[in-house]
Amino acid sequence: MIPAPHLDFLPLLPELIVAGVAVALLVGGALVGRPSQTVLLLLTLAGLIAAAAASAYLWNWDGPGRVLGEMIQADRLAVVSRMILLGVGAFGALYGHHYFARTGVARMEFYPLLLLAVSGMTLLVASADLIVVFLALEILSLALYILVALSFRMASAEASMKYFLLGAFSSAFFLYGLAMAYGAAGTTKIDGIALALSGRTGSQPLALAAVGLLLIGFGFKVSVVPFHMWTPDVYQGAPTSVTAFMAAGTKVAAFTALIRVLDVSFQPLTWDWRPAVWALAAASMVLGSLLAIAQTDLKRLLGYSSIAHAGFILTGLIATDGAGIAAVTFYLVAYSVTVLGAFGTVMLASGGIRERTSFDSFRGLAGRSPMLAGLLTLFLLSLAGIPPTVGFIAKAGVFGSAIRAGFWPLALIGVLASVVGAFFYLRVIVLMYMEEPQAELEPEGAALPGAALALAAGLTLVLGVFPQIILPVLEKAAILRW
Amino acid sequence: MLGDYLPVLILGGLAFAFVVASLFASSLLRPSRPSPAKLAPYECGNEPVRLPKGEKFSVKFYVVAMMFIIFDIETIFLFPWAVSFRKLGLFGLVEMAVFIALVFVAYVYIWMQGGLEWEQAPRPMERTAAEGEQEEELLRAG
Repeated sequence: MIPAPHLDFLPLLPELIVAGVAVALLVGGALVGRPSQTVLLLLTLAGLIAAAAASAYLWNWDGPGRVLGEMIQADRLAVVSRMILLGVGAFGALYGHHYFARTGVARMEFYPLLLLAVSGMTLLVASADLIVVFLALEILSLALYILVALSFRMASAEASMKYFLLGAFSSAFFLYGLAMAYGAAGTTKIDGIALALSGRTGSQPLALAAVGLLLIGFGFKVSVVPFHMWTPDVYQGAPTSVTAFMAAGTKVAAFTALIRVLDVSFQPLTWDWRPAVWALAAASMVLGSLLAIAQTDLKRLLGYSSIAHAGFILTGLIATDGAGIAAVTFYLVAYSVTVLGAFGTVMLASGGIRERTSFDSFRGLAGRSPMLAGLLTLFLLSLAGIPPTVGFIAKAGVFGSAIRAGFWPLALIGVLASVVGAFFYLRVIVLMYMEEPQAELEPEGAALPGAALALAAGLTLVLGVFPQIILPVLEKAAILRW
Repeated sequence: MLGDYLPVLILGGLAFAFVVASLFASSLLRPSRPSPAKLAPYECGNEPVRLPKGEKFSVKFYVVAMMFIIFDIETIFLFPWAVSFRKLGLFGLVEMAVFIALVFVAYVYIWMQGGLEWEQAPRPMERTAAEGEQEEELLRAG
């Protein structure tokens, strides 16, 4: 008789709720036939709120640190990242409701797929074993491949195909790295690898190969140079609501998992992976900013800007102390809020199913819709990192932790890249305010996404002026116990 | 530190040199007597059959293939479970019930969406004629 393992499902409750609601919506939607989109939206939001409540309860979890066969981590970093991700999911649902209703291709599959992607993301930030990391990456990626294709534009199908092929490619790298890690350490547990590697001397080719291959796998997911090729095409091709969701969600989830892998598993090899992360960060910041200058489409521009931002976040990751982790999580909050706002504004300003997102459609937007132009200006300023927005505090945080760790040349490259970045963000602002409109396009105001945008704008400003509202929470969450 | 990687570099160089040298040597040394049979693709198999131009496989085959894989995997999971059914006890039974229920969800979904209806399956979404036209135009425009 094999004894039933002791199962502590409580730390997994947020994922169980989200995935459960997704399955229920899928079956219910299929049985009803053509369910009301508003009902689906409300149920989705209810599921996300319930999951958020469950994960808030886990903040004071005093049970074992790892549960379910040491596969799931029950620490505060998981709680904080989950909260961010569930918020991103709620934004995605609100945007999608508006976008798909407007383009006339509303499908009930959007909500289950979105919830499944969210459950993969939240599982990713709570995983204590590389196998669970891989499973979670696949759950979120598979759902995103379909979400990207959920529009009838050809560009959308093309983007989905590109994302799928490169995603499968990167999964292979990740799995190979996982196998190498098992070969080097004899375990796939995130903390077990660190215990096995610490105290060894001499060169460890297997462990180095493992950390390299895992970095490539994560590099594809968070789109750092040279694994960034898919990003502009996919961000441009996907429905704008999905772009907003995936741009924020995948970055938060994958970077949190990367924190665990680099700062816990391969902590004994810190001096070996730091040069690699250094090079990836520098290349992403420089190339992302330079390539963005040449863009003439706002969604592509934001895609390249997201590559540059991945570089900024990696800069913060290079300092492995608690303050560094807190700076990275703050950057992830800041980036999520800002990029959700930016893509949301683009969605409202770019018209129906055709998605006019070239610069021409944004010329003179201020004359047609001062509200949207003002919001987009705020979000672009935050992406550029100009005070008093949250982007400034976030950038100062990651550069500060890089300098504290002794990597001031990297911080210098980052500052220079930010200056280049300010140029192309400001160019869009100039387009909106100082040029005559060319295309007659009626930007629309809508209540629900409008409220979401107002919330994003409020957070961008409030967190930019009073970052201490969330900083203590993030600092408490940044203590990794293992 | 970087000196440790020198053997890897040397090995890579040797591998590349070996490939180039052996290809070059074999092109010099081998006799070249091509015949139609030798040049045919797949010397030991059938000629590949091409579909007529413009012909496409129906997407329904794809749906059926996916259904097959779902149940295929379910069976593969059922076998080891059935072998050690008594040892796993109630826990194993519950776990398997959860798994089968989730597979069943996919089945219900495909069924309800008309994935199993072979002839003239209704579109999963009924759209108005205007919407259909708009979509076709978009597909043409790319």
